[in-house]
Amino acid sequence: MTDLTKLTLAEARDKLRAGDVTSVELTETFLKAIDDADALNAFVHKTPEIALERAKAADARIAQGDAPDMCGLPIGIKDLFCTKGVASQAASGILEGFTPEYESTVSQKLEDSGAVMLGKLNMDEFAMGSSNETSVYGNAINPWRRGNDDAALTPGGSSGGSAAAVAADLCLAATGTDTGGSIRQPAAFTGITGIKPTYGRCSRWGVVAFASSLDQAGPMTKDVRDAAIMLEAMCGHDEKDSTSVDLPVPNFEAMLTGDIRGKKIGIPKEYRMDGMPAEIEKLWADGTEMLKAAGAEIVDISLPHTKYALPAYYVIAPAEASSNLARYDGVRYGHRATLAAGDGITEMYEKTRAEGFGHEVQRRVMVGTYVLSAGFYDAYYNRARRVRTLIKQDFENVFAQGIDAILTPATPSAAFGLGEMTDADPIQMYLNDVFTVTVNLAGLPGVSVPTGLDSQGLPLGLQLIGRPWEEGDLLNTAYALEQAAGFVAKPGKWW
Amino acid sequence: MSIDESTAAKVAKLARIKVEEDALPALAQEFNAVLGFIEQLNEVDVEGVEPMVSVTPMRLKRREDVVTDGDQQEKILSNAPDAREGFFAVPKVVE
Repeated sequence: MTDLTKLTLAEARDKLRAGDVTSVELTETFLKAIDDADALNAFVHKTPEIALERAKAADARIAQGDAPDMCGLPIGIKDLFCTKGVASQAASGILEGFTPEYESTVSQKLEDSGAVMLGKLNMDEFAMGSSNETSVYGNAINPWRRGNDDAALTPGGSSGGSAAAVAADLCLAATGTDTGGSIRQPAAFTGITGIKPTYGRCSRWGVVAFASSLDQAGPMTKDVRDAAIMLEAMCGHDEKDSTSVDLPVPNFEAMLTGDIRGKKIGIPKEYRMDGMPAEIEKLWADGTEMLKAAGAEIVDISLPHTKYALPAYYVIAPAEASSNLARYDGVRYGHRATLAAGDGITEMYEKTRAEGFGHEVQRRVMVGTYVLSAGFYDAYYNRARRVRTLIKQDFENVFAQGIDAILTPATPSAAFGLGEMTDADPIQMYLNDVFTVTVNLAGLPGVSVPTGLDSQGLPLGLQLIGRPWEEGDLLNTAYALEQAAGFVAKPGKWW
Repeated sequence: MSIDESTAAKVAKLARIKVEEDALPALAQEFNAVLGFIEQLNEVDVEGVEPMVSVTPMRLKRREDVVTDGDQQEKILSNAPDAREGFFAVPKVVE
């Protein structure tokens, strides 16, 4: 008997179609796996009743024929997505007890396609973090360990629960969101695939906002084919998000031919950072060779403003966050502080926000408030937006030269230990996103593919960056890289 | 540019986040670390460069100016920490 939890979305879909298994059987298997994996702290709100109800409906739909690809497939949903009647807290204390009366467009699309929601997944608070350590639910734990060392490692962040759950076979796939690398970095830290589509591909409606000009949802899956299948179900125009694009959604899976002969792959010299670990350097060189062997043309390129992407991000993202998070005022939803006699409305706001927001969120809201304040708006915020224009132009220039995709490392290191960065200044943590954040600033699609292990047996990933709206072509290049790398390692089960 | 404790207190006030007096020095220090990092942007020549407004050049969609939903007072109030008689309740605002 095959272990159902080890299936990919594509395999499970085909088994459901063939009648080898039912969605109810699949769902029950995953619900048990989730209950056995509380040590990973990946699922923070379990929804077994909803899951079984949807599984039954999916089985009926499959029996009738003509069910969509995702029909009957059990998945996890990041806590950032509002889900009707199910706690949706963005891993924040300030949204304690919040149960939305509505469903986010992306999770609604997945539901409409017949996907089965198993529960909500852990993450960094308001998606602000790279290690899942800012969550009000506590840390999510990476199923991977360094050799025989039982020290707990981070699954990355902010979509850390999604990454841990997929890597540990607690669901077939999960939704993530990515503002500066929050899909791609955790995917790389856990040996799975994650794609952030072009800004505007997925509706942001009903997704708790962090930095609206950067946020995008995307799938986190076991392989590239699954990413193609799930992305197609997630994206599409939505009247409720005016920045969502009105373009046809291609059949991404049908574009996976693995043929990348003649494609031009750019290798940006600015991503060769000082002090880059030799293992990362080798991973990158190996990946380059794989694409070359598959028939791609390798071209050295320059993206001169790369160095300024992180500092620009740490102006723009906190600025937008300070504005977006102004809505948490203790009036309409979530937590309200207990007030002392004589406290007025200002005290209510200040106490509520001090109690409800964690440290990192408070810091970013205040940095954002500062860079937007009178006298500093031009010096910080407008300057950062100008630099953002230059960063986007860097990419436009190389695409104009005929580059089809850009290959870079996904992260500067493998997963680090939980607590290891506690004493570091915030900038050290921010450096996790050094290779991914440019992609958000330029609004481009980027995918992280696992391609190797480090000397301690931890997964490492490479990132491919594509042209806007060409996720299909990008996924095909990722598919070719995946085929060549042949990454099959899985974490040993200790939980 | 260095942030002192009084600036940190001012920013906390603007952000409507209560910060205790004794936490201000550490907060100011953290601001300075982040702002020091951001200072690098001053090296970039941005003369004549337009600040980005939208990462994807597109005209925002327009729709008919009609009511699309409404009449859901109960749903809107369902998550309020304090709702009374069909309203959100807050401490006294005007004396």
